[in-house]
Amino acid sequence: MSYKTDLPVMLQANPHAPEPFLGLKLWHILPIGLIAIFGPGLAFAQSTNEAQSPLSVLLDWAPLLLKGFAFNLIISFCAMALGTIIGGILGLGQISLLAVTRHSSWFVTQFFRNAPWLVLLFFAMFLLPFEMNVFGFKVPFPDWLKAILGLSLPVMANVSEIVRGAVRSLPSGQWEAAESLAYTRLQTLWLIILPQCIKRMLPPWMNLYSILTMATVLASIVGVNEVMTLTGQALASEGGRPELLAPFYGFILLLFFIYCYPIARFTVWLEKKYAFIT
Amino acid sequence: MSWTPAEPMVSIKNVHKSFGDLHVLKGISLDVMKGDVICIIGPSGSGKSTLIRCVNALNDIQKGSIKVEGIEVNDPKLDKLQLRRKVGMVFQQYNLFPHRTALQNVMMAPVRVLKQDKSIAEETARALIKKVRLEGKEDAYPGELSGGQQQRVAIARSLAMQPDVILFDEVTAALDPETVGEVLETIKDLAEDGMTCILVTHEMGFAREVADHIYFTDRGIIVEHGPPETFFQNAKDSRTKEFLSQIL
Repeated sequence: MSYKTDLPVMLQANPHAPEPFLGLKLWHILPIGLIAIFGPGLAFAQSTNEAQSPLSVLLDWAPLLLKGFAFNLIISFCAMALGTIIGGILGLGQISLLAVTRHSSWFVTQFFRNAPWLVLLFFAMFLLPFEMNVFGFKVPFPDWLKAILGLSLPVMANVSEIVRGAVRSLPSGQWEAAESLAYTRLQTLWLIILPQCIKRMLPPWMNLYSILTMATVLASIVGVNEVMTLTGQALASEGGRPELLAPFYGFILLLFFIYCYPIARFTVWLEKKYAFIT
Repeated sequence: MSWTPAEPMVSIKNVHKSFGDLHVLKGISLDVMKGDVICIIGPSGSGKSTLIRCVNALNDIQKGSIKVEGIEVNDPKLDKLQLRRKVGMVFQQYNLFPHRTALQNVMMAPVRVLKQDKSIAEETARALIKKVRLEGKEDAYPGELSGGQQQRVAIARSLAMQPDVILFDEVTAALDPETVGEVLETIKDLAEDGMTCILVTHEMGFAREVADHIYFTDRGIIVEHGPPETFFQNAKDSRTKEFLSQIL
């Protein structure tokens, strides 16, 4: 069976390429190792003798930076969860039989999908109140929560498109067969269409998660205490020594790489696996 | 409904159907009695498939009337689910649900739609799979079955809903030649059991063997019809003759 689709998920992949561990080849160790070892070392060479070596400064700050990174991950989990739930509903809205629902869902999706993430983040930061009145109680509305809301908006729009695309990529015969067996539309969606869509949605969804994780550092611009903000503060409190810049930011790059690269490889693996199941 | 078995089970009267500017059906009328097997034949694009898809409201019609056991299909207030419980359909591309096993494909609709007890539905489903001669394939996924086997599962799936009439839309057209026979055999069994069948087919030998009545359509109208003996031997219309000479 062949499907009309523009989803890269459904394109045939080369089945014969051998898959090394995490897609890493031997020579990849070289550049990664260079960054890890010589990055700080190089900076050390530039530094003056009376100061602490950049590597040991980095080691001193590493626990705090790791905490900051964990905060980035928490933001990414929450924004992904929120965006997936709302985006899933929005995506189903896009295939609704009701024209009003369909068109408004489409509009919301397109609006947030074509908006810069940073602008959405600023909107969430400065338009949402810092506390809310719930039944007379003042509930604080901290910055990190606003960041989650702000980042979940583009996630929502992208998930909505992933859902719509996956549903549309199924052959119409599946709908017709279900209809002629007297399933209701809701039953058809729930029992027949969506279960088949999950595996098509998984790779682009994970891809989106990876992009979102890397975008969580945007929250530093609006003052959330995530890894980039903390790095800036750490560097400032070390007196802004220029030789510390490379090791500190290199460390953050490494953290994101170690976290996101396996996700990317797993996505590729999933795409290959599902490219053959029709 | 005030329908009695003495009246046609499916009654199609002066049906018109257009897709935009394309006038596909231009006034088709035919009656199918309970237990009848009718074959609709004709060149590609003559509206055969469209016609039977109108019978279970997969396509709507612009003019005319289709009644299934007295239920008017061309009624804006039509309860489509009610209609589709009476009318089964088997498709050219099988359209099995690929994420479910053969057994689940067959028993899912009775459980979910007819709210049958799961164990009863499973028992019926196993019996139906046996009936279409696929014993031992209950737990196979559609992707693991040949085209002919998939199509027989699709027939069993349709039968599980205990329809009063089944529509067959070119069900052998996508099959390998060597598996066509097993599917036709299954349909023949149904016909012998007294199931009312409406078939769109290109299998002339099969039509001649099992059909009670044959309709030849061309360009949206029924050109000629009759019982197979007279239809195949004494076709009167020149278009019918030309079609038959090409295909036989």
